[in-house]
Amino acid sequence: MNYVYLLKRLVYMLAAVLAVSSAVFAITTLVPGNVANYILGTGATEERVAQVEADLGLDRPVHVQYLDFVGGVLTLDFGESFVSGQPVSEMIWPRLIRTLQLAAVAMTISIVTAIPLGIVAAAKRDTIVDQLVTTTSYIGLSVPSFVSATLLLLLFTSPPLELFPRGGYVALKNGVIPWLHHLLLPAIAMNTVILAYVLRQTRSSMVETLESEYIRTARLKGVAESKVLFGHAFRNGLLPTVTVLALNFGWMMGAVVIIEEIFAYPGVGEMIIQAVDSRDLPVLQAAILVPTIAFIIANFVADIVYTLLDPRITLGE
Amino acid sequence: MTTQRQAERTEQETLLEVDSVDVNFEVPDGQIQALRNVSLEVERGETVGLAGESGSGKSTLAFAIVRYLDANGWVDSGSIRFDGMDMLSASTEQLRSVRGNRIAHVAQNPGSSLNPSMRIGKQIRESVELHQNPDSKAAANERVYEVLDQVDLPDPEGMAERYPHELSGGQQQRAMLAVGLSCNPDLLILDEPTTGLDVTTQAKFLDLLEELKSEYDAGILLITHNLGVIAEIADRVNLLYAGEMLESGPVESVFTDPANPYTQALLATTPEMDADKKIRPIPGQIPELDDIPPGCIFADRCEYATENCRTGEVPMETVDSATGHESRCHYWSDVIGSTAELETETETERTHGEAVMTIDSLRKYYDEGSLLTNLLTDHDPVKAVNDVSLTIHESEAVGLVGESGCGKSTLGRTLLKLHEATGGSIRYDDRDIDELSRSELNEFRSECQIIFQDPEGSLNPSRTVREILARPLKLFTDLGAEGRAERTEELLGQVNLGANIVGKKPHELSGGQQQRVAIARAFAARPSLIVLDEPVSSLDVSVQASILNLLKNLCVEYGTAYLLISHDLSVIEEICDRVAVMYLGEIIETAPTSQVFEPPYHPYTRALLSSIPLLDPETETDRIKLEGDVPEPRDPPTGCSFHTRCPQKIGEECEQSDPSLEDVGGGHCISCHHDTTELDQPIENQKHDDNR
Amino acid sequence: MATDTSSQTESDRSPIPPVVWRLLSNRRVVIGLVFLVPMFVMAVLGETIAPHDPTNTNVQMRYDSPGGKFLLGTDHLGRDLLSRIIVGARTTLLIGFGSIALALAGGVPIGLAAGYAKGRTDELLMRLMDIVISIPTLLLGLLILAVLSSNVINVTLAIGIVYAPRIARVTRSATLSASEESYVMAAQARGESNTHILFREILPNVTSPIVVEGSVRVGYAIMIGTSLSFLGLGTGPPTPDWGFMIAEARDHIFQTPWFLVWPSLALLLTVMATNLIGDGLRDVLDPKETGDSR
Repeated sequence: MNYVYLLKRLVYMLAAVLAVSSAVFAITTLVPGNVANYILGTGATEERVAQVEADLGLDRPVHVQYLDFVGGVLTLDFGESFVSGQPVSEMIWPRLIRTLQLAAVAMTISIVTAIPLGIVAAAKRDTIVDQLVTTTSYIGLSVPSFVSATLLLLLFTSPPLELFPRGGYVALKNGVIPWLHHLLLPAIAMNTVILAYVLRQTRSSMVETLESEYIRTARLKGVAESKVLFGHAFRNGLLPTVTVLALNFGWMMGAVVIIEEIFAYPGVGEMIIQAVDSRDLPVLQAAILVPTIAFIIANFVADIVYTLLDPRITLGE
Repeated sequence: MTTQRQAERTEQETLLEVDSVDVNFEVPDGQIQALRNVSLEVERGETVGLAGESGSGKSTLAFAIVRYLDANGWVDSGSIRFDGMDMLSASTEQLRSVRGNRIAHVAQNPGSSLNPSMRIGKQIRESVELHQNPDSKAAANERVYEVLDQVDLPDPEGMAERYPHELSGGQQQRAMLAVGLSCNPDLLILDEPTTGLDVTTQAKFLDLLEELKSEYDAGILLITHNLGVIAEIADRVNLLYAGEMLESGPVESVFTDPANPYTQALLATTPEMDADKKIRPIPGQIPELDDIPPGCIFADRCEYATENCRTGEVPMETVDSATGHESRCHYWSDVIGSTAELETETETERTHGEAVMTIDSLRKYYDEGSLLTNLLTDHDPVKAVNDVSLTIHESEAVGLVGESGCGKSTLGRTLLKLHEATGGSIRYDDRDIDELSRSELNEFRSECQIIFQDPEGSLNPSRTVREILARPLKLFTDLGAEGRAERTEELLGQVNLGANIVGKKPHELSGGQQQRVAIARAFAARPSLIVLDEPVSSLDVSVQASILNLLKNLCVEYGTAYLLISHDLSVIEEICDRVAVMYLGEIIETAPTSQVFEPPYHPYTRALLSSIPLLDPETETDRIKLEGDVPEPRDPPTGCSFHTRCPQKIGEECEQSDPSLEDVGGGHCISCHHDTTELDQPIENQKHDDNR
Repeated sequence: MATDTSSQTESDRSPIPPVVWRLLSNRRVVIGLVFLVPMFVMAVLGETIAPHDPTNTNVQMRYDSPGGKFLLGTDHLGRDLLSRIIVGARTTLLIGFGSIALALAGGVPIGLAAGYAKGRTDELLMRLMDIVISIPTLLLGLLILAVLSSNVINVTLAIGIVYAPRIARVTRSATLSASEESYVMAAQARGESNTHILFREILPNVTSPIVVEGSVRVGYAIMIGTSLSFLGLGTGPPTPDWGFMIAEARDHIFQTPWFLVWPSLALLLTVMATNLIGDGLRDVLDPKETGDSR
């Protein structure tokens, strides 16, 4: 492991966090239709606007506000909620933990189903099995998560198939089964697009790998087909999937907004909706920034994993 | 030796017997017959060459032998027997126990044929473990090290731990060979083993093969487009053309007395070093596989052909039953009788004028690194061109030769202001090209043109030939639409293309046609200097010759100066008046073309010359082996850049001081610490065995 | 010879370029068009072909099942579902295709400039794009719409901003490899201007990956657009809109599943059709590419 490379990537990651905070700041402060209007609605009187701006420190020069905001992000201080007056960071941590649990279960589901199915489809290319898998994944790719979530709710939470609760969250300390029982349906709902996407990516990169010249070399050495698949193609063919999984984590961080809303799951996503409805700006900023930062970290991790798995990438340059 | 081998032939067992094989492929528009009625034999201990141009079906035959045709291809008729076993009816199990074990297929492109994420040692050990049942992993590793050592890879234990991308191209090729040899195969199939390697690397690889032939008693099927390689190493040769075998026999007879017009034409079209032969292009093109003419496949391009050749099947006829020399031609006896017809070239002395371009101490460095990289790591720029001085005169053709990565293309591009020079000066028409005004720059652009290696890439795929040729005329001439159309037609005529191709797009043309269009474009505005960057190296040899002749004629017709960049000295010799030899970003020798091939030599040039395989199988070359690989251009050696590999290295002097180009007489300049007499001496073939 | 040239010119001007034929003989494109063309017809004609007024409420007829007076049934306010779906197609397609058109308009020039300039410019532009990409798509859309007011134009704009950097990335990498080709260097050797090289030499040769990328993104853009309106950040009532219909249906799924099923099906078929066409385009235009990143 090359520490210079690691250091460089860390610097880039920090820069990305900084840049994203700036972007969020820019969108919320600089876009026409300013914050006070956002909070009060468009019909507010000028005095009310001026008062709110003074309350929030919005009458300060933009660069002071900016430094204050970015400094806050770097120290994980997002200010106080307009609605409850509670520090935003206190509000967001438990929710983040719950959202990450949901994402972890959803991710696990896509890894354990999509990757094997993708490999099977690639290995049995152009057979019935392949066509079945790819066609099904096609449909999956076209179902937005709010549709799949609503349909799952319709099918599995009411008689005759009342298999799952309609929503909510049970902490892990109350037992794995109840925990999973509440998580499973939203996790599956979140997976429609993602699972299909991972599957198609896995299949296409495996197909490409299986057509490569070094696979031909292996077969011409007399290596048996199963060993060709797992000994030679597996590692190279799954490399792109690492990146795809990180991308999907980003997709999930968006999808949680919908899934948590539908399943009344108390995570960051639900918080975003509440913040939009109640026009709670600091909460909105934090609830958008925190999953974004999680996504940036996921990308960083994927990058490192990729370089560890692929000997061609020396961590030097 | 030849007679001895012939005596042995009858006793020897036939290892591989390909008999009247047809291979078909299913393509969107129907079926194509990629191989038709192809027969070939390989005996134990014998090296059989399979030669042919691209698209002739050489690799297809190799894959048919190991039963690894693409899913849309199959052996339609005929038989393939390997050591008594019918390969075509073999079960998957049988095939698996033969492949890699008794038949080793060494694919071309070693870079992509080795698994990028598996260590070299493991890739070899895998074969050993599959087929040899070694007692332990240690025993298997023993064999891995042994075979790595046999293919001349340094430090076998260390090498086994490396990944493919950590090896140079030549080393990767050796590693592929090691995989193939690991199980002591009976038959070794080498598919274009030296294509893509530099001549000196190729020479080392061929020497290695020669040594291994005596250690392993395997039969070798050597597939290549390079006739020199076959002449060098094979015992017998088979010539494949558009899917049909046209001639086969012992290398000596086929190369000295070809009995097939195709072989004869191919030999006549291949440029040869230091032979005063006038290369003769083969007219026409290889027939498309979906449109095979009846009768003889070569008839359309053959000077012996009669009506008789265009109908009915032409059988393989025996030329000499004792040696097994056969030819698929009705008129083989006429062909054999006419071999001496090769014209010799009359040297035309051309007068050269003033200097058009003067380069002085030019440097071009790449990848100087960002601030962050330089702070965090030791970062050296790539010194692609390092202190080069060269003058090109009016209507003079200067050749620039060197191996890949020596900086020759960078030099050519920097001259045309396509790259910004790092240091030094380039003067065109006695003006510094960095100080040209806008209109002067435009004039410079119209006067200096470039032709690239990859003809398809150099033509915009979304333009028609008409648009491609109109562009320079629009930019550099005052011609109106009418005048441009006329000039376009004239240009196409000059490059021997019909005017009917003006509406076509590049992908509808053959490689040779594309390069002609690129040449026409370069000449459109009547330039005074053209940089030709490997203009023929991506073309088949039969096409190569006609392009070379065309370039030669145009050079005279237009009085244009050339800077011809090539890795191939025989190509340069064909066209150029003067040669500059480049090594690691520096010019180490310049001389009038004829003098480069005579002593005194720069030690590097001498090695380069001795590395080129000759067409004449009877000439024994005394090859000079260069040690190691070309050093990194990021960190070139101190002193003379060649001292790390020089067989004539004197000592500390070479390591410390950089010699300069000095005239040794008649405009022949050499950059070496030796004096002329020492460079004249033949060097005894030093340390031939110590790196095995 | 003169006749030869003229016939050549004629075939150049043939009204239907061969690529269209290749597209129309691609199975995926055909299936995709079979579904997408009716959607477009619905979007364009809207109210004129709708059997009922899509906004007309009729409390007596609420939760009507399909097959009666109302072909696909009614919603909780007794509005005709078929008419609402027909009229709702307009918003959905407008957002999907409009936002990608915007993304192309913004992303292609940026990608071209970055890929051709290389070096610092490239670095700067692409880092900027990376920032936008590192915000999850739906969150970025949400953030923009939380600040701007929600209407069709702003939704389209927001999704356009979300996807422009992705278009820029694809354009850049295609430009980067195209500018390595020697025909670009040949143009430089002729002293062509940068604009000529970018728009006349490079652009015509990078359209395939850009078109493929754009068409694949349409499906995602539709998903994001309907997701936003599902969350109440879309065009809002009374304009019918599939995403909002599904949001409304959620509260009534146990009274009538059809209310949920029809808009979901319409949405699914539309997204699938655009995906099929996108993949078909890739098969035809860019056969080497097998996958892309989100």
